[in-house]
Amino acid sequence: MASHTQLEIPEKLTARRTGGKLRKEIVKHKYLYLLLAPLVIYYIVFSYVPMYGILLAFKEFDYSKGILGSPWNDFANFTAVFNNPDFWTATRNTVLISLGRLIIEFPIPIVLALLLNEISKGKLTRIFQTVFTFPHFISWVVLSGIIIGIFSDQGLYNQILVLFGADKSSVLTNGPGFTIVLFISNIWKEAGWSCILYLAAIAGINPEMYEAAAVDGANRFQQMRKITWPVLKSTAAVLFILAVGNVMNGGFDQIFNLYNSAVYQYADILDTFVYRSAFTDATGFGFSTTVGLLKSIINFALLFGANYIVTKVGKEEGL
Amino acid sequence: MITKKFNLPNALITLFLGIMALVALFPFYQTLMLSFSTVSDSSSSKLFLFPKDFDLSAYRFLFIDGKVTRGLGITLFVTAAGTILSIVVSTAGAYVLSKKTLPGRNIIFNGIIFTMFFSGGLIPYFLTLQKLNLQNNLLVMVIPPAVNTFYLIMMKNFFNTVSPSLEESAKIDGANDITILWRIVVPVSMPIIATMTLFYAVDRWNEWWLPTLFINDTKLYPLQLVLRNAITNISQIINSSAGAQLAQGTQNIYGDSVKSAMIIISAVPIILVYPFVQKYFAKGIMIGSIKG
Repeated sequence: MASHTQLEIPEKLTARRTGGKLRKEIVKHKYLYLLLAPLVIYYIVFSYVPMYGILLAFKEFDYSKGILGSPWNDFANFTAVFNNPDFWTATRNTVLISLGRLIIEFPIPIVLALLLNEISKGKLTRIFQTVFTFPHFISWVVLSGIIIGIFSDQGLYNQILVLFGADKSSVLTNGPGFTIVLFISNIWKEAGWSCILYLAAIAGINPEMYEAAAVDGANRFQQMRKITWPVLKSTAAVLFILAVGNVMNGGFDQIFNLYNSAVYQYADILDTFVYRSAFTDATGFGFSTTVGLLKSIINFALLFGANYIVTKVGKEEGL
Repeated sequence: MITKKFNLPNALITLFLGIMALVALFPFYQTLMLSFSTVSDSSSSKLFLFPKDFDLSAYRFLFIDGKVTRGLGITLFVTAAGTILSIVVSTAGAYVLSKKTLPGRNIIFNGIIFTMFFSGGLIPYFLTLQKLNLQNNLLVMVIPPAVNTFYLIMMKNFFNTVSPSLEESAKIDGANDITILWRIVVPVSMPIIATMTLFYAVDRWNEWWLPTLFINDTKLYPLQLVLRNAITNISQIINSSAGAQLAQGTQNIYGDSVKSAMIIISAVPIILVYPFVQKYFAKGIMIGSIKG
């Protein structure tokens, strides 16, 4: 590695000073640029080109005139969004669901990693890991099919209730019940998967540290607290920042496949609201773009806010 | 090394994780058992540890119906074409991005990272893809989702760990960068390439969001959408305001066994492949997820 950088850096510096050297450098690496080209084109077409569509937030979209040709309408879209009670419901739901996820779902993979690490070694751990990561690979379409089946009138849940002499209940059509199912089913799907990142961090710990601690008389709980946890903390910090940066998302795939009109009051998040306002209720593309833009901006601000707090206050490495 | 008195906590942890594993698997097991039941059994109140009568009529129904077999064909095409495209584009791209001193590399890399945190949003994305004639076009499930930025970074991180001395000796022998990637880097990077093949294949297999937006022609529905339609039709009727009394009637039209069979067909390739690939990809993820 060292010899590699020593070779390359001076060339790059001189290349900056004289244009001819830069061209020479580019020609020298022409095959590398060729390999990179499809990726760059991909991101331009599918990520950067759509960004100019944000203009629609300030326009009255006219399908025949396209994005650029549509007339400006000052801030009419913003006024419409802020005056829409469903927007505020969706915003509230998004924040509440995301906070719930941070409090309830976020710690689970850490606990799981610590437990798996305690019993680690051997076939059993691998079996557990296979079982716990497996649901990650099943789509929410399939999982919500299974979940809706479990909570249907004749489903497993109601059969158990009846077995214990209780009355049947419709969990997915009442707000609190639906929210609990959201959290539990997402833990079911993703906890084992998120756990892998923590296990990767644990795998990087030198086993001699545990041996030394054991010699010094540290019990397993002390070892966990003093050796394993400090390592996990920095992984947790990075994942926490990313999770906070996602607060305004709330989990579209899951909610879109699970929810129904009876729980819109509790489960409608900004993304599902955007989808319905654009494609079901036809409130107008300008309106939906505005909601999307507001969401993106808040997410971006939250991400930087969380990164700042974690790095400055928590003294962790951050992103 | 560990003394005897620590065996109790170990046993308790193992027991706890064992119970959790069974809980996690049970919904899949129950769905499988439901799919092997007769339509009428599946809609009556029975706990299904085992089906009352082992019956394949749900599967037979699906294959005669034709929607599922067509959906399966489309999904197979999308998965094959999409995975190949994704692997080619992201292997080549990630390899170049791992060359930290390449002029322009930082700008491009930061530009890619930026898209993880900011996007035009749903409507501009929708209009862009529509402009590209991707409506009612199977390629909408192949090209627009071709690169996943998280996966790309994992690949790049893996390539960072490939020893440059391997490449340098090839360079001295006069090999160009494409030959080096293909002949030297790819063979030693099989853990990450296998992992990414699995990830991309699963994502394409599970694709439901893009076809929901862009495919109106039911003949072009992938498996996930066929399934989604069946599920939402049932749940919408059951959850509608007319609710309970309607539910009784609909159970018989599209029984739970048929729905379960559809779920099993959509999940079975992953169930079959997953345990075998899992041990292989653990290594790929571990190395790929290291920051660098």
